[in-house]
This record gives sequence, C-alpha cells and structure tokens, in this order.
Amino acid sequence: MGYGLDFGWLRDAAGAIAHGATMTLFLIACTTVLGILISILFAAARRSRYGVLRKAVAVYVEVVRNTPFLVQLFFIFFGLPSIGVRLDPIVAAILAMTLNMAAYTTEIVGAGLDAVPKGQSEAAFALGLRRRQVFVKIILPQALKVIFPALVSQVIIMMLESAVVSQIAVRELAHEADLLQARTFRSFETYFVVTLIYLGLSMAIRRLFVASGRRMLGAGVS
Amino acid sequence: MIEFTFWDILRNLVFATRWTLLLSLVAFAGGAAVGLMILFARISKQTWLRRFGSGYIALFQGTPLLMQLFLMFFGLPMLGFRIEPWTAAALGLTFYASAYLAEIWRGGVEALPLGQWDAGASLGLHRLQELRLVILPQAFAITRPPAVGFLVQLIKSTALTSIIGFEELLRTANAINNATFEPFTVYGLVAVIFFVLCYPLTQYARTLERKMPAH
Repeated sequence: MGYGLDFGWLRDAAGAIAHGATMTLFLIACTTVLGILISILFAAARRSRYGVLRKAVAVYVEVVRNTPFLVQLFFIFFGLPSIGVRLDPIVAAILAMTLNMAAYTTEIVGAGLDAVPKGQSEAAFALGLRRRQVFVKIILPQALKVIFPALVSQVIIMMLESAVVSQIAVRELAHEADLLQARTFRSFETYFVVTLIYLGLSMAIRRLFVASGRRMLGAGVS
Repeated sequence: MIEFTFWDILRNLVFATRWTLLLSLVAFAGGAAVGLMILFARISKQTWLRRFGSGYIALFQGTPLLMQLFLMFFGLPMLGFRIEPWTAAALGLTFYASAYLAEIWRGGVEALPLGQWDAGASLGLHRLQELRLVILPQAFAITRPPAVGFLVQLIKSTALTSIIGFEELLRTANAINNATFEPFTVYGLVAVIFFVLCYPLTQYARTLERKMPAH
C-alpha cells in the first residue's frame, strides 16, 4: 500500500493557518511585554530590603522552573475555577505563559542588574538623580544591553512552548493544525507545514528583536 | 461510582510516575547516543557535515516539541512502523534531546584551547583517538552543569507526551481528574511530584556549577 503526500488542502487552509499564526504572535507579544515588566519588578524585589519579599520571589522562581508548563497551564485553567477563579482560555494562556516566562527572565534580568558596575549608580546619585531615575535611566538600559540575547532566546522558547495552549482550546497555530488535520485527514502534511511556519516565526522574531534592539540599545546588540 | 480518597489519587499518580521516569531515562540515553553523532557532524572537518549538524540543531531548537511529537506520531506509520504512543514519545524526545545535548557539548569542545588538539596530534593520535582520549572527556566534564540542567528540561518535557496518548503522569492525572472532578488537588499533586523529581537535579546542577573552576 502506497501513501502519497498531498498538499492540495493547503489552498483552502491558508486563512485558518494565518489566523492561528496571528493568535500565536498576539499571545507571545502580550507575554513578552507583561513578562519582562514583571521580571523587572521581581528582580528588584529579589534585591530588596525585605526578607519576606526576597523569599517569596525565590520560591516562585523555583516552583515554576521545576514543573512543566503544561501542568501549570492545566492548574490555572482547570484547577483555579474550583477556588472561584474562572478564566477565559486566552486569559488563562497569557497568564500561564507570563508567569512561566517571568520565572526565567527574573533570573536573567537580575544577572543583568548585577552586571552594571556600582560606580554607575554612585555617579548618577552624585549628579543629583533620584532613586527611580537612577534605576530607569542609568541601570536598566545598561542591564538590558547585556542580557538582550538571553531575553530574545527566552521569548522564542516561550513562543515554541505556547503550542501547548492548544490543549485548552485557544485557537492559535497548533490548535488550527489540530482542527485542519481532523478535517483533511492529512495529519502528517498538516503538522509538517505548521512546524515549518513555527520555524519561520522563530527566525523572524529573532531578526525583528535584533534589529529593534540595535536601534534602541545601540550597536553591539546581537 | 467509585470514591477516590486523597490517598487513592496520590497512590495512582505516584505509580504513574515510573513511566515519566522511564521515558526520561530512555530519551536521555538515546539522546546522548544520537547527540554524540550530531556532535561529530557539527565539529567535522567536512563543510557539508558541519552544515547538516547545525541545520539539525536549528531545526529541533526552532520548532515546538509538540509539533515534533505529532510528526513522529503521524509520520512513523507512513514509513511502515506500527503506530504506538510509547514509540513516538521515546523517539520524539530522543531526537529532541540529541539536538540540545549536541549543542551543549559543542560549546564544551569549542571552549577547549586549540593546544589540546595540537598536543593530541603531536602524540601521533588520529582524529578519533584525539576526540576519545583528549577532547571529549574534557568537554563532557566542563559541560556537566548544563547537561544536568537539560535533564530537568527533558523530565518536564515528558508531560507533552500525554497529548499523543502516552500514559505517563499527566495523562493519568487527566483520567483521575475526569473521574473525581478535583482538578485543584490532582494538578497540584502532579506539580508537586514533578517538583520533587526536578528540584534536586536543579540543585545538583547548581552545585556542579559552583564547583567549576572559574575561567
């Protein structure tokens, strides 16, 4: 029995695939913005004067990093309603992705903050800048420049992992693939095409970040 | 209707964990074997082999593991293999692990001073001997922390095989949840079990890293 590959279904499926890819990009865009904001806060909390705050962030980071993303997602989407928190699938997906990514980027941002020499903030204070100004204008830009490649990699890893939110019926790229293959019975071809689209997305995201990083943070960003 | 107590749930989950562990071990061992071959290709003197190695790594690191598992699951039957969640899961995770391990070890090989190769050559070793006796032992030694770190990632990744129908921890949890309607407890316990498996390894990787001589 022979099995021939057939990509004839692709013409009718282009719209669904484009829709799914847009949703995937939307999810990762929200996650990137929220995740990086949270990780800046958490990295600062990890270095704060309050022991409780430091401990709490440390526990959060360890718990998230040592459990699978899929389990976190199921816990948030299926588990939280039983204590009264009912979330829309898209909101649950963004929440799970943000909390997951922030656990990794908190460490990265923290390493970046530690890498800025102390003389930089001392000089800024000597010029009369306030605490917040020193952090936002002096420390953060220099830290971001150091950690930029690591952050970009983390965003791409999260984008690839976001394929599992198809399991709670968020209509992103992987979920569109599930629906398509159920309709066309061309499972291998469907997942093959969608896998290549993910590959294209991850390369495009890297390009985009490096280009915009060069513009915002100056040369030397790779 | 059967009543599940907390202990029934826990016992069933712990019992299912052996499949998670077995799959992790098989994938790590298989990934190490295939990864070694990819490493050889990646650091070969032949340009086309190097290209193949880096293409392989980029492909597996640039696509979702879930898609790789689906391609295994639906692709293998087309090549005439019998379709089984266990085979698809083990093979899928093996290839996935091989790409990551090859990349980790390549970092180790490239971190070694070139003098190590020269010294090996001056002793009259040919390339394979150089690799086996001089280069690889050192490369493995300095990349042990990231390799252990990757093992943690691999254990967590086995959860995805529940989606293609392999009966590991998470799939068992889904079944129990469907019977008990206690998702908070069930998925909470699954998280605890994964944490118990992964946290000691994470700490071990950290200890190894701390013991590393600074370069």
